[in-house]
Amino acid sequence: MTDQAINESGSESVRSSTVSDDAFRGRLKRRHAADRRFRLIGLGAILVALTMLGIILVSIVGKGYTAFVATEIMLTVDLDRSVIDPKGTGDPAVIGAASYGKLIRDAMMAAFPEVKERRKLRSLFGLVSGEASHEIRQYVLDNPDAIGTRQAFWFPADDNIDMLVKGHIDRKSAEGDRKVSNDEIAWVEQLEASGAVRTVFNSRFFSSGDSREPEIAGVWGAVVGSFFMLVVTLLLSFPIAVMTAVYLEEFAPKNRWTDLIEVNINNLAAVPSIVFGLLGLAVFLNVMHLPRSAPIVGGLTLALMTLPTIVIAARAALGAVPPSIRQAALGMGASPMQTVLHHVLPLAMPGILTGTILGMARALGETAPLLMIGMVAFIVDIPSGVMDPATALPVQIYLWADSPERAFVEKTSGAIMVLLGFLIFMNAIAVLLRKRFERRW
Amino acid sequence: MSQALADRTARTGVPDDDIAVSGRDISVFYGEKQALFDVDIDIPRQQVTSLIGPSGCGKSTFLRCINRMNDTIPGCRVTGELFLDGEDINSPRIDVVQLRARVGMVFQKPNPFPKSIYDNVAYGPRIHGLVKNRGEADEIVERSLEKAGLLKEVKDRLQEPGTGLSGGQQQRLCIARALAVGPEVLLMDEPCSALDPIATARIEELIEELKANYTIIIVTHSMQQAARVSQKTAFFHLGQLVEAGLTERIFTSPEDERTQGYITGRFG
Amino acid sequence: MPVSTLAIVLVLMALSAFYMGRRRATAAQANGGYRTSSRPHHHGLYLAIWVAIPAALVAAFWLLIQGYVIDSIVLADLPPAYADISPDRLNLLLQEIHSVAGGGIVGREVDDGLRLLAERYHDLSMIGDAARLVLVLGLAIGAFVFALRRISPRLQARERVEKVIMIFLIVASTISILTTVGIVLSLLFETMRFFDKVPITEFLFGLNWSPQTALRSDQVGSSGAFGAVPLFAGTLLITLIAMLVAVPIGLMSAVYMTEFASPRFRATVKPLLEILAGVPTVVYGFFAALTVGVFFRDLGDAIGLDIVSESALAAGVVMGVMIIPFVSSLSDDVINAVPQSLRDGSYGLGATRAETIRLVILPAALPGIVGAVMLAISRAIGETMIVVMAAGFAANLTANPLEAVTTVTVQIVGLLVGDQEFDSAKTLAAFALALVLFLVTLGLNVMALMFVRKYREKYD
Repeated sequence: MTDQAINESGSESVRSSTVSDDAFRGRLKRRHAADRRFRLIGLGAILVALTMLGIILVSIVGKGYTAFVATEIMLTVDLDRSVIDPKGTGDPAVIGAASYGKLIRDAMMAAFPEVKERRKLRSLFGLVSGEASHEIRQYVLDNPDAIGTRQAFWFPADDNIDMLVKGHIDRKSAEGDRKVSNDEIAWVEQLEASGAVRTVFNSRFFSSGDSREPEIAGVWGAVVGSFFMLVVTLLLSFPIAVMTAVYLEEFAPKNRWTDLIEVNINNLAAVPSIVFGLLGLAVFLNVMHLPRSAPIVGGLTLALMTLPTIVIAARAALGAVPPSIRQAALGMGASPMQTVLHHVLPLAMPGILTGTILGMARALGETAPLLMIGMVAFIVDIPSGVMDPATALPVQIYLWADSPERAFVEKTSGAIMVLLGFLIFMNAIAVLLRKRFERRW
Repeated sequence: MSQALADRTARTGVPDDDIAVSGRDISVFYGEKQALFDVDIDIPRQQVTSLIGPSGCGKSTFLRCINRMNDTIPGCRVTGELFLDGEDINSPRIDVVQLRARVGMVFQKPNPFPKSIYDNVAYGPRIHGLVKNRGEADEIVERSLEKAGLLKEVKDRLQEPGTGLSGGQQQRLCIARALAVGPEVLLMDEPCSALDPIATARIEELIEELKANYTIIIVTHSMQQAARVSQKTAFFHLGQLVEAGLTERIFTSPEDERTQGYITGRFG
Repeated sequence: MPVSTLAIVLVLMALSAFYMGRRRATAAQANGGYRTSSRPHHHGLYLAIWVAIPAALVAAFWLLIQGYVIDSIVLADLPPAYADISPDRLNLLLQEIHSVAGGGIVGREVDDGLRLLAERYHDLSMIGDAARLVLVLGLAIGAFVFALRRISPRLQARERVEKVIMIFLIVASTISILTTVGIVLSLLFETMRFFDKVPITEFLFGLNWSPQTALRSDQVGSSGAFGAVPLFAGTLLITLIAMLVAVPIGLMSAVYMTEFASPRFRATVKPLLEILAGVPTVVYGFFAALTVGVFFRDLGDAIGLDIVSESALAAGVVMGVMIIPFVSSLSDDVINAVPQSLRDGSYGLGATRAETIRLVILPAALPGIVGAVMLAISRAIGETMIVVMAAGFAANLTANPLEAVTTVTVQIVGLLVGDQEFDSAKTLAAFALALVLFLVTLGLNVMALMFVRKYREKYD
């Protein structure tokens, strides 16, 4: 019956096949197979992308989670009066100038009396970080009464020992292939057996600045530097971007000039970030003579870079406010400026803030322009203002990634986790803001 | 013929029609919301049946059930049985691709592909593998354009983009595109709502010509159009099929007071 | 008085002006008994603007030029000992003067001549600071008195205030233009100076790039070779690899997301892809250098291929991964913009989903997709951190992706990071490279935006 119907309607047709014959059914099968293949390719593409994301995250976390713990070695140190303050003056200047390294060395020799050879002694002393003597000094300065007593201290281990204890160095590999000698491994194992090795939360990583010694290097200096920089960026780019967007969206006449501004903003949003770095170098450093490596320069440069992003987001948010709101306000006798300031801008604000946070997140992760304006310097001190020399978190990552020490790989990954943590936090706020205030007009 | 059909034909007084499409208990849900309620309908072969009713009454929704276009809307669910030549089109044995080749559709707004006029018409035969070579394709394109009454106007510019035609021509191009696959049934979803009166008149003439070979179901907003082009009319209201029958009868002596209200312009 | 204190004082003055203006206007309106178009706070703002803005502008201007003025006064009148000093030395001398005058530590003994100059500089600075303070505060107070006398119910304070706000808006909107102008000028300026030292033809067509070492002493520039072709070639090679990864994967992801995926799948996967887009480039660089580069090298060892760990392949693949979400989200928008009616038309004729996508949707979306790919290329060309960390540094003219190549951005970073002597051909070369980079990406962006705009117009 079906075929008959077809023949009736298409009797004059020349087509060599109809939609109901067997050839058609055969083709149908192939077509559906092609459809499934296409779908699988699409799914495969997404899986590839997500797998890469997974690999990146796993490799970073796998390398970096140990940065959040630190190995410590316990030594019983004899706070020998004859070394610290032989004359018994109690004067902090005298106490501060004493050789605490000797105390550590003595403690080491006391712990391993069998080691005599000079060369071996040197590597024995190298088990604990050079930071140990500073710690003792600080302890004695804070507790002068402790002079003359014997005290047990937990000292940060040297970076290679730290790697060994955390398992990043294979104890079974050939001696020549690893940074730690057989002797050192034996000593560490001896210490481990006596309970004198422990791993603790690495508070130093979150509280100190950069260092050449991986075991005492931290991200705090970079975090503070990034913070100051973002403050400058936000203070500059947010008001300027909002004003630009309000002008273009609400007041600007449609003419060549505003067209130019518009095209220009879209272009700036796609200019490579490194070019902004060169702009910063040429204008802020060479012409305006602002201090190199200072967060203010980084902030200014990043502000110019994020400006177009925020303008575009802000314009979208302003454009989403329905004209009826404007008409209502104008109809009540409000001036165009009052209409915008009292009604349109507040309604668009959640969208603008979302765009701003996303722009700030991008600025936080940006590295290349900062290299151009000298923020790659090695800076130990925590910056205390926007004019102090500083580095930024992503730049710190770059610097550490470039360092040869094995221990810096862990630090780099750890710093990346901190950076990603901040970025996730900022993005989460943006998402919440969007969810909370999203309006369907 | 089922009992329900017998009742209805008795009521509408058209006992001898050859039925092409019949729906039994068709309900459509968009997510939680029900858009169509238990529609029973029979649509005769090689006649024009128009579906009328106020906006949102479910007439387009029903139309889209016939070639299962509702499948493409996420969250849309259709229940009931819909027979095309005695076969339930919702059964798993039916291939939706094949179904849509048998049931062509013309949409509210002309939607030619951004391709040449030729490629627009040849699209269907090509994807279905109905043509083997250029010659066959040429002939099918020509014939389809001829049937759609467009050939004379576009013969010399088949390679120009279909989007460059006027609105009425575009709509006829879309009809030609649908005819090229050789369907039995042609669904038209307010095909003239975006056109001017002259283009509308051309389409209506075309519908008149096409009904000799095709079963045509047309959704329309305009009661005049329904009266002009269709032999049968079904009136939908709030998702329900209120009344169906000979167009003449529906417009002159409707049985239901809702139909009466609508055709006299009290609502709609 | 330091600048920050001056700024705070100005803000406080403006605040008190606001309150006084508002109070006076309130009182005047109460007495006058008629309504005006301006509310009391408009009068307050009017007064505050008068107090703060002229003073702030003068202060900023003064701040900007004081250094130059004092420098030129000091230099105009150098003692005879410095009579025939070369311009380079002059700059150095200025720096020494600044640092001695600022009480900074200089490595060596300060000679008397320098000390005298420094003292003069210091004195002039003190005078300048004092003059600035007097002028700015005087201006603020003067403007306050002037504006306060004009406050009356008849004053159209709102109109005036709004006019000032409008001026601010217009000025803000020109900052983006100024940024572009600043980029162009600063790059162009240094590039011209570079082309004084190295001929433009050598730069654009030379096959040899070694800015660090002199090849021959008689060579132009005499500090190295500046033929940038190997850099352009390296950039293109890495970009090509990145595109080969990013375009198919990004495009197919977008197709799947828009045409096949359930809303729930979309809601889960889209944010995940956005994470991929949000990962900072320095992280990708670290990943490329430490994981992917080594992986490819070991893979090469295993199958008997010689792949260096800084291969173009590693950098390109990771860059491609970075760009996947970029391509997919742009294509996603473009594909979504294809009207539903075209899909309906195709499905209505019995096309399968794959047929509809291949034959209708993708051809219809093509201009938009081309635009997206161009933006992605522009992005890849300008990407810095991945290549700085994972690609090579030595210029190497090769099309073999298994070897190390260097790129334009790598060289810019290499030339400018670390000690730099401004004016050397080496430093200036970085600006020339950056200008090329800027122009190429600008061209790509403009074309891409045109494509996308045309496309949008077609379906809006």
